[in-house]
Amino acid sequence: MAEDTKVKEAPVAGGTKKAGVLNRFDNPWLNWKFLTGAAILGFLFFLIFLGYQLWDTDLALSARAPLNLPPVGFTNWRGQEGVPEHPLGTENSGRDMLALWIVGTPRTIFVGVVAATVGMLAGILLGFMAGFLGGLFDDVIRLAVDIMITIPSLLVLIVIQAVLGQVDLLTMALLISLFAWPTPTRYIRAQVLSMRESGYVQMARLSGVPVRDIMFKEIMPNLLPYLGASYIGNMQSAIISAVGLEVLGFGPQRIPSLGVAIFFSIEAGALFRNMWWWWGIPTVTLSVVFVALLLINLGLDEIANPRLRKAN
Amino acid sequence: MPQPHLPFQTFKITTFNNFSFSCGEPVILKLIDIASDYGIEKGIGMGGISLNYLVRRLLVFFLTLWVAATLIFIIPRLAPGDPISAMVARLSYQAGFVENSGAIIEAWKERFGLNDPVYVQYFRYIGGILQGDLGYSLARFPATVTELVGRALPWTIGLVGIATFIFFTVGNLCGALLAWNRTPRLFKVLIPMSMMFTSIPPLLAGLLLSYTFAFLLGWFPQTYSYGFGMTPGLTLDFIANVIHHGTLPAMAIVLVTFGYWALGMRGMMVTIEGEDYMILAQAKGLKPFYVLYRYMIRNAILPQMTALAVSIGTLVNGVVLVEVIFNYNGMGTLIVTALREQDFGLIQGTSFILITTSALAVLIIDLSYPLIDPRISLEGR
Repeated sequence: MAEDTKVKEAPVAGGTKKAGVLNRFDNPWLNWKFLTGAAILGFLFFLIFLGYQLWDTDLALSARAPLNLPPVGFTNWRGQEGVPEHPLGTENSGRDMLALWIVGTPRTIFVGVVAATVGMLAGILLGFMAGFLGGLFDDVIRLAVDIMITIPSLLVLIVIQAVLGQVDLLTMALLISLFAWPTPTRYIRAQVLSMRESGYVQMARLSGVPVRDIMFKEIMPNLLPYLGASYIGNMQSAIISAVGLEVLGFGPQRIPSLGVAIFFSIEAGALFRNMWWWWGIPTVTLSVVFVALLLINLGLDEIANPRLRKAN
Repeated sequence: MPQPHLPFQTFKITTFNNFSFSCGEPVILKLIDIASDYGIEKGIGMGGISLNYLVRRLLVFFLTLWVAATLIFIIPRLAPGDPISAMVARLSYQAGFVENSGAIIEAWKERFGLNDPVYVQYFRYIGGILQGDLGYSLARFPATVTELVGRALPWTIGLVGIATFIFFTVGNLCGALLAWNRTPRLFKVLIPMSMMFTSIPPLLAGLLLSYTFAFLLGWFPQTYSYGFGMTPGLTLDFIANVIHHGTLPAMAIVLVTFGYWALGMRGMMVTIEGEDYMILAQAKGLKPFYVLYRYMIRNAILPQMTALAVSIGTLVNGVVLVEVIFNYNGMGTLIVTALREQDFGLIQGTSFILITTSALAVLIIDLSYPLIDPRISLEGR
């Protein structure tokens, strides 16, 4: 059991307090990819927090600002110049882009977090059942995963939403999570299978440790970095699904998220009118989020797999 | 404080023809997956892939179609109201008022059999699918869904097929070169830099590419799959035009995808590099290129193929959205048009056909393993 607690503590000690606590250079959590990704996300959240304190977020609603203004220092196709009252410009229904960014970014990430969490919890449960219990559980779960993983989720979600119309973010997240469990299930199952035969699990089994304890007290702590990587990957795909649905016009439109902003801009032909700030700000923000998540994901992979680490 | 050591071990696997090798975790995980798919765990398929596998694989294919058809049918009916009323409601919301909307709803419901009990509708729907009949488009009535889909599907398949071929080849080559110890240093710096875009969804890449290369630079057309006034046909002019139009949409997929495959390939290669047979190959003085291709890439490519089969769904999701950005006249754009016209039958039919196509692609990849890896043979026990 002492081993377990150490493994659990390691991410906290290495991840948040950085080098202060652990001064050994080979601490796997001092992985530059992991730390850079975490730092980018942290900085983003800091900016959003700052924005909520300093900026009037009501400006994200429509008709609160002049229309189609470019960011400060640029001119739009009508020759209007950007004004400091709206530093990132405005769009064609009078939303301030800065306010939209502050409000929209966390909303988009929220969908990803909720969908990924629900999918991950289901994935852990199903993956452990399939990998550890085996037998009929394994057959059924594997079949379900094989089927669901083949279906492009976006297409089913489109059909569902075509009937539901616009839904609030939580409903959208839950709908997305209907398709967010097969990948983690498959991944965790494979990991559990490879760990099931290892010495310490067999030892525990011989000592008569209950199955539940073997699964969640012996195997689970060793899977933590894998689970982390899988969770981040799940979040990426959930955000991609959410943005996809929003770009097709299914997002909540009164207070837009980043995907909805892109939907509006495409509808209004912003690509042809050179209103790059309208679709560009959401696009770049989302790209930064995705790159940060990828870095965290790669970092966790290297943390979990020493051989990958040596390769660099 | 001692560091916790995560368990890491190499495994010794005995495969199909009693060929055994040892490898590290990335490979083992994928191999376990393959092995369990092939029924190796239970000792069924030793020495070749049994009929079992073929049957199971076909079963999964048809179950996938059935699940997709059922999901698409059931879930919209769980929602309050029915598709027709919802559609008319939204039409009247847009148009202000639709005359005789009650009568229209009734007539349409009768016409589409929505007054029958749900199970009757369900069997009629499944029966229609089995006969390749997906009903009519509501918005362009005389046209059937099959007709409209038939016009759009080849474009999407062409776009996805070519993009997949490019990113899979380029990605795996880059990954192999990254891990190979004879690759020039310059490459080892350049390739990771070009992989920065990995993980950005194709949709966003499409926006950036469309703005940069179509709007600002004007090198490529912004919309559609061929130019105005071109007559589709097998002329050089037309083909060149199609390639010109398809470059940006395809690049939107390739640029953000190949890095993922390069990373996977590198992981696989790193594992293989530590193998005993690699030392032997070098000791024998085999040519480096021969070792790279025959010993490393050949061994690493099978898990990559299984990964490709798994990622087809995600890929199709991305393509649908890229088509929307470029107004490419494939399935994605057809769905969006149907959404705008509130054409529920067309939305349903298009989604189903596209899901069927993806499932078919996965099936083909899964059955092609024996061609790729001689250790796997399909010829029964």
